[in-house]
Amino acid sequence: MAIYTKEEARQIMEKALSFSTADACVINMGGSESGNIRYARNTVSTSGHRSNQTLAVEASFGKKSGTATVDEFDDESLESVVKRAEELAKLAPENPEFMAPLGPQTYDESISFVDATANIKPEYRAEVAAKSINPASEKDVTAAGFLNDSSGFSAMLNSSGLFAYNKSTDVDFTVTMRTNDGTGSGWVTRDYNDVTKFDPAEAAKVAIDKAVMSREARAIEPGKYTVILEPAASVDLLRNMSGAFNARTADEGRSFMSKDDGTKMGEKIVDERVNIWSDPLHPDVPTSTWNGEGMPLKKMKWIENGVVKNLAYSRYWAEQQGVDPVPFPSNFIMEGGDASREELIKNTKRGILVTRLWYIRSVDPQTLLYTGLTRDGTFYIENGEIRYPVKNFRFNESPIIMLNNLETLGEQVRINGNLIPYMKVRDFTFTSLSDAV
Amino acid sequence: MGAGALMVPSYLMGSNISAEALLHPGMDILTKRKLADVALNTAKSLGSTYADARIGRYLNQYVFTREDKVQNVVNTESFGIGIRVIANGTWGFASTNSVTEDGIKKATQQAVAIAKANSKIQREPVKLAPVQSHGEVSWKTPIEKDFKEVPVSEKVDLLLSANAAAMDNGANFVNSALFMVNEQKYFASTEGSYIDQDVHRIWPTFGVTAIDREAGKFKSRDAMSAPMGMGYEYMDGLESEKLEGPSGLRLYRNSYDIVEDATLAAKQAKEMLSAKSVEPGKYDLVLEPNHLGLTIHESVGHPLELDRVLGYEANYAGTSFATLDKWKSGDFQYGSDIVNLVADKTQVGSLGAVGYDDEGVKTKKWDLVRNGILTNYQAIRDQVHMIDQNESHGCCYAESWNDVQFQRMPNVSLEPGKDKYSINDMIKDVEKGIYIAGRGSYSIDQQRYNFQFGGTVFYEIKNGEIVGMLDDVAYQSNTQEFWNSCTKICDKSDYRMFGSFFDGKGQPSQVSAVSHGSSTSRFDGVNVINTGRSV
Repeated sequence: MAIYTKEEARQIMEKALSFSTADACVINMGGSESGNIRYARNTVSTSGHRSNQTLAVEASFGKKSGTATVDEFDDESLESVVKRAEELAKLAPENPEFMAPLGPQTYDESISFVDATANIKPEYRAEVAAKSINPASEKDVTAAGFLNDSSGFSAMLNSSGLFAYNKSTDVDFTVTMRTNDGTGSGWVTRDYNDVTKFDPAEAAKVAIDKAVMSREARAIEPGKYTVILEPAASVDLLRNMSGAFNARTADEGRSFMSKDDGTKMGEKIVDERVNIWSDPLHPDVPTSTWNGEGMPLKKMKWIENGVVKNLAYSRYWAEQQGVDPVPFPSNFIMEGGDASREELIKNTKRGILVTRLWYIRSVDPQTLLYTGLTRDGTFYIENGEIRYPVKNFRFNESPIIMLNNLETLGEQVRINGNLIPYMKVRDFTFTSLSDAV
Repeated sequence: MGAGALMVPSYLMGSNISAEALLHPGMDILTKRKLADVALNTAKSLGSTYADARIGRYLNQYVFTREDKVQNVVNTESFGIGIRVIANGTWGFASTNSVTEDGIKKATQQAVAIAKANSKIQREPVKLAPVQSHGEVSWKTPIEKDFKEVPVSEKVDLLLSANAAAMDNGANFVNSALFMVNEQKYFASTEGSYIDQDVHRIWPTFGVTAIDREAGKFKSRDAMSAPMGMGYEYMDGLESEKLEGPSGLRLYRNSYDIVEDATLAAKQAKEMLSAKSVEPGKYDLVLEPNHLGLTIHESVGHPLELDRVLGYEANYAGTSFATLDKWKSGDFQYGSDIVNLVADKTQVGSLGAVGYDDEGVKTKKWDLVRNGILTNYQAIRDQVHMIDQNESHGCCYAESWNDVQFQRMPNVSLEPGKDKYSINDMIKDVEKGIYIAGRGSYSIDQQRYNFQFGGTVFYEIKNGEIVGMLDDVAYQSNTQEFWNSCTKICDKSDYRMFGSFFDGKGQPSQVSAVSHGSSTSRFDGVNVINTGRSV
């Protein structure tokens, strides 16, 4: 049994805590069940099932801490794991950044668990695969895809009286469709907490259509282009940008957010239409309502009207700086507009539609410059219509420059647990061509 | 997200244990055999035509420090069993950390149930190449010092000494880490093999940052170490294993001096703050092995993985430009005729060295590119029949007991040049070029045509001499063009290994560790871009 209820988890952790003789003790408990299916060449390849449960005890004497873990929860095992943690703590070097455990907190009830997802069986996964493979075969296309579903819980109890519990489920799906002549490729991704929202046939159709449309791509000169970025194309650049919201590296002078006399907090860094926040209770992208430090997670603004509103402070760094801690976001929500993908295309005189960006790597952390390539459906737009597929490009671009060059915001879409809008951006920098399909 | 990426592996999340507990011998081999047989017999009784069981104990110790502080010392143990079966011609896999007869039976039933459910959509039944039954055999990484027997305090002191050296030489910040891994793997299959292996790896690394707050600039210089398939003896810093690089650079072969490297890193990070921004254009590149290794990894290692070529990785890492028709032609010019690239799972000191792979195949060395011509791929038991071969290459691997094994990159290396030729000889011959050492930013497309690489340090070469440090350098090329522009390779006295400790591939994503050896090599007329921006 890898998924324990709130009360079951609390009882086990309270039992473990009763064995503690340390100055402070934090117990974390978690368990998960996950299953997956992988297919390629229009047939199933590998698939599997994983089950895990664990309980970790962090015991502290002064600023010395030790952690020990166990996967069996009988009294003897719990007593033994607490003792091991305490032995380790006595031998550990002092951690100058040690923070005493948080006291009791009030958390919102999370909405991230859905029974239907927790009850997925191998037969369902095979059906999802079939809904890619069968239509692909009919269209002279080859499917390669992956479905992973998981359900799990996490809980925390400490000697200062804090108790937290969360259950969550996730289902993640991607499929790549390649035309059998090797000249076209399309891709789609879908992810949900609730599997009943997932329509595998609809997803497969999107990828097949893109594959067929992207055959026989033409080469056009690299350079600066107006681009329509589908949410899957911008999500990774935006997430990389969110890494720069770490207050400590900003304060230390080694981040995009640093400046000569402090940080860019309160400064306008991107177009004033950019609003980014996190919210663990958003019904489309729910997450846990507490983090690994036991801090409650609430709705939090990061960029408002283009201005940096918050940087994330760990408890230690907040104490050093004399400010309140600000937990790192558990999701990423960017405000969108009303325009659909089709309307964005219709209102574009000349531009490139980008399905996704691939193999994104940091080039310069100072400017948040990243490189990577377009993939699985890149199209030339002229006078409001997709004219033809184009060969993939390598880009070298910073999300900061990208968000300063914003033309239009479109509808939001859930992508990898975040909500990201379609975006039209001018002067996106493509530096070379790729022959890859 | 990307394949070839530096990923944090799931085994980092193993159970925390004491340093002393790392020395516990773990389950005895007779019990392992008995429990593995439970899996094999259960699988057969449920109609499986093949089964293997991997009982794994993965011991890791990681030490993290910054400046004068120990941030964390992590000892982890992960123990469990993974069972793979073929039923109705279809793979099934399940794993459990309940390594008891009952737990193993349940996991085996789960694996068979998955195989049978999936067989309904199976269009290409699994076909395994024959493998020799090895009986009971064992293999160990040849180490001199087991990291588990070296006190944690000695490791902490060494890292803090390196940090102090960096700070004393002008660094503003330094983070350092030691990653040490011991895989104790027991493999059994219905083919009659019972294989016990003890695999060791080590990776010392750091990042040194220098800041010019007034100018609003910061620069980092990473370690010139390589992760190795060695014991703690790699940290000895033997003089005999050091090489003199250009412009005072110190390079390391099979022994690493972290304090010396951190000292130089601080000086170089400061120098980078005022280095000249590169003029974009065509340059002859002189690439040092700890840099070239990553280029080999991305532009040779990955495209010659047969699963990519066949389309099994199409949904994640991608496919490959090195298609079967190119290989079958027998004259596909992958590189110039001095380019010889070999795959080798037996290379001493390498990250990928094991005696047997994770499906019980004895490991070996083979050619991938000979005299510039594409000659072979990397393949495992269920793939080789698709390239009309009947012997697995022995490069099947799983990150841990709870991941299914699949084709992973062996060590892939560039053979040294045959004639006596040093780094200095090479630089003397270059009129307009850049010498690049160490790994940097890297990105390549999903079929491995177009790539862009940065590096750790860059030096401008003019008329046969190094004239100063450069900044904002990245080169872009196409794999085939790049390897065909290789005009000189230093001899074996310069040969060293680069390594990737956390190379990602597959879904769910798994990491593996792999080395790439080479000598300093020259590539002519490569396109260099300037990566400087103002925001």
